[in-house]
Amino acid sequence: MAALWHSTFFLVMVLLAISRPSLASQAGNDDLQMGTEHRTNKGTVNGTENLITTLPIVTWNWQEIKFPYLVALWILVSWLCKLVFQLNPSLTSVIPESGLLICIGWVLGGIIYWADKVQTFKLQPFIFFFYLLPQIVLDAGYSMPNKLFFSNFGSILVYAVIGTCWNAATLGLALWGCCLGGAIGDIDIGLLQLLLFGSLIAAVDPVAVIAVFEEVHVNEVLYILVFGESLLNDGVTVVLFNVFNAFVSLGGAQINAVEIIKGIISFFVVALGGSLVGVIFALLISLLTRCTKNIQIIEPGFIFILGYLSYLTAEMLSLSAILSCTFCGVCCQKYINANMDKRSVSTLRYVMKVFANGSETIIFVFLGITAIDPSIWVWNTAFILLTLLFIFVFRFIGVFFLTWILNQYRLVPLEFIDQLMMGYGGLRGAVAYGLVVLLDENKYKEKNLMISTTLLVVYFTVMLQGITMKPLVTWLKVKRAAVTERTLAEIIQNRTFDHILVAIEDISGQIGHNYMRDKWNNFEERWLYWLLMTPSARKSCDHIFNIFHKLNLKDAMSYVKEGERRGSLAFVRNETKADVDFNKKFSGNFSAMMPYIMAENMGSDHVPVSSILWDSVHSVCLDMHEKDLKMRESEDFNAHHLLEQHLYRGKKQHRHRYSREYLEVNKDKNEVQEIFQRTMRSRLESFKSAKMGVNPPKKISYHLKKDQPQKMPNGKSTDNRKSHAYGKEDLEFSEGDSASGCEAAGGSFPMRAHRGAGIVNPAFNAEMDPMPAMQQILPWLAEAEVDSSAVVPSQRAQLTLPCTPSNLHRLAPLHLTTHSFLLADSPATQDTSEPPPPPVV
Amino acid sequence: GENGTLSREDFQRIPELAINPLGDRIINAFFPEGEDQVNFRGFMRTLAHFRPIEDNEKNKDPTASEPLNSRSNKLLFAFKLYDLDRDNKISRDELLQVLRMMVGVNISDEQLGSIADRTIQEADQNGDNSISFNEFIKVGNLYFVYLET
Repeated sequence: MAALWHSTFFLVMVLLAISRPSLASQAGNDDLQMGTEHRTNKGTVNGTENLITTLPIVTWNWQEIKFPYLVALWILVSWLCKLVFQLNPSLTSVIPESGLLICIGWVLGGIIYWADKVQTFKLQPFIFFFYLLPQIVLDAGYSMPNKLFFSNFGSILVYAVIGTCWNAATLGLALWGCCLGGAIGDIDIGLLQLLLFGSLIAAVDPVAVIAVFEEVHVNEVLYILVFGESLLNDGVTVVLFNVFNAFVSLGGAQINAVEIIKGIISFFVVALGGSLVGVIFALLISLLTRCTKNIQIIEPGFIFILGYLSYLTAEMLSLSAILSCTFCGVCCQKYINANMDKRSVSTLRYVMKVFANGSETIIFVFLGITAIDPSIWVWNTAFILLTLLFIFVFRFIGVFFLTWILNQYRLVPLEFIDQLMMGYGGLRGAVAYGLVVLLDENKYKEKNLMISTTLLVVYFTVMLQGITMKPLVTWLKVKRAAVTERTLAEIIQNRTFDHILVAIEDISGQIGHNYMRDKWNNFEERWLYWLLMTPSARKSCDHIFNIFHKLNLKDAMSYVKEGERRGSLAFVRNETKADVDFNKKFSGNFSAMMPYIMAENMGSDHVPVSSILWDSVHSVCLDMHEKDLKMRESEDFNAHHLLEQHLYRGKKQHRHRYSREYLEVNKDKNEVQEIFQRTMRSRLESFKSAKMGVNPPKKISYHLKKDQPQKMPNGKSTDNRKSHAYGKEDLEFSEGDSASGCEAAGGSFPMRAHRGAGIVNPAFNAEMDPMPAMQQILPWLAEAEVDSSAVVPSQRAQLTLPCTPSNLHRLAPLHLTTHSFLLADSPATQDTSEPPPPPVV
Repeated sequence: GENGTLSREDFQRIPELAINPLGDRIINAFFPEGEDQVNFRGFMRTLAHFRPIEDNEKNKDPTASEPLNSRSNKLLFAFKLYDLDRDNKISRDELLQVLRMMVGVNISDEQLGSIADRTIQEADQNGDNSISFNEFIKVGNLYFVYLET
């Protein structure tokens, strides 16, 4: 606490020091603000300088450097405020940082006012909108979780557009109604002005939302909905503000349908235009980073400048600047992260966070300071209270109504608790204040009333709602952000669902969500990657490789750390004898278990040691049973990584992993092959088992498992070894081996199945029945890159074999394809007689 | 196909299904128990699982129309893909089979077995070493969080 007082004292001194010279220059300056520069005094100083009689060793140059000095000093003071209350951590856990900053702003404002008798420092709208806000928005866009954002995009748009319009309209109308009813008293305000006021108060503020929600850690969907809404509603706010401003200027009489229609059109123009500007700048940035391989030092700078330019360009064209900046960040993040060097990416991320956080701090401090200015305060209790009441009520009504509509269409409906939090999380902030100060006093007689009310609303939402947000979240048991890694079951589940969905979409031929995503991924990887990413970045786009690489790096780092801890890296040489204790907290308990875990993991499957290291950052409990938990967790993570590497990607991911590297193409093909083989195999199995009716499937799978390590080429030799009564099958297999179109995969399946199945001869005759089905299969096979020889046998078979639907029905259907596929593979030299000759290699 | 019904080879004609690891199982899901033909009605019933949820639609199961109803039917569909012997539980073997289908050949059986064990351990709550439908729901719900249609 002593430190707290020391720093506060220091701040007070600093501020007094500032205000003293500013008092001195009061005469020359009307309002000394950060954005203005007055050099009127310089002349007088220079004039006096001409009268010096001796060489001054040191001079007091306050006037020349006043402006930059004040700017720098204010930034320093604002950031020091952050330091002040960090000294008392219990305070920050109760009141959100933004609230504390506002309080400090009050204190500072009070000091300055006491020193100057007038508020010399205010939050100027120009400075706010052009120097403080852009970096916050750019940072928000750049660090936006894209997948989450775009998958909830529809909901976000609904809330942002319809919700904001609803809030604005109802607030304006309700206030006007109260005004007419006389509840507010005698103020000179009309419906249009109230609508304008409603539109600028209605918007949820991104700065405030970031500040409060970041500390609360609600679940991601809730967070992205509120946050996305706060960003996207700027489009609506700008339009409404400009429209109503123009209407007020035109006067109520001039408003007719044309104007209203123009207003609606302007919404679309502003919103879409702003987004378009952002996207264009994102393209520019990505293209630029593609070429900046040799000037990596300054690479991050480009992002900032171009991001800022996107903001300014949109502002210049009177489009929505926040939307532009947001989309610029959102669209370019993927490409620049891939293109730039890792260090540039880190630099970019950290510097953006510094700027954004710094701006946020300054904004809140100044929000506090500007309140201490009696000249702007007009206290109208009814107006203020009514505004607050209506804001709350209409927000909740809006949220519930819109959510009810949205839940009809969402896959995961939003629960009531989440809706409550959404309504409660509608924080207003500095943007509203900035807009209200922009109003023209002559047109808006009640500007001060509106300013005061806005300030009070902002304070109320930020402080009160900020303070109560965390307890409310815990009390209502809102779902928090998931901090644990997804369980194995979930990973498997996700993949299963992916596969199912893709398959169903193929069957039904329907264009669904996945289809759209698939199409976008195709487009992206085909055109955008080529255009916007450097060749090396394209190659390293592979998911599996990235994970593998990261895990290897983690391994290496953990090795080195452990080695340093033990004095040297000598232990690395004895991998199996790993007596390594990665878990510093459990040194005694774990050293026994560790070798077991390590040995198991150090197998051939690259499972990283890092997973164990992960454990060491968990809880500190020293119970014995925790040991098992840890071990289980480590095995769990191993299994995770194993699965990550080996789970088949769905088809859609196949396509968008395409690259020009042979390695990757083959890998994809391998996966496809494997799945294909397995499918054929299983189809043939069931064909066989259905025929005999005797053979339990388990036997087949057992044999299959045994055979799995052997790949296709081995088929021939083992085939002969086991062939006794297989007759035609064997012939086909061996020939299938040589002639297979699908990489010799076909020949091996039935062979393996047969070996396990123990087929007897009589079954063969029945096998001929399915041949006619082959002709149906062939067009499909042709697609699967089978060589043209496949086509020939079909016609041959067609001639030779009887085709009876009843036979087809009798058999278990799956194998038909396999069989015909096999036949398709056999070369044309095979004779056309029904019972084929005994096996010939 | 012929006489207004589909048989399995009609489905197998779709090339993408052959390269879908769960393709065969999905095909089987269209056919009711023990039959080899599915008529249009049955086809639509299966596809109907994948429609977005509407409150006043009784998708397949005419129980009380809670909003969760259709979602649980979708999960039931997926559950049935795992549960071959229809005993309403996913045993370790059944899970192993599905895993084997979805995973490449580079994983050995022991590893796959331990993955299956781990999965069951995570999801199993009543300790019967298999995943019942309720436990399955709990896991499956998390996936939907990332979707919106």
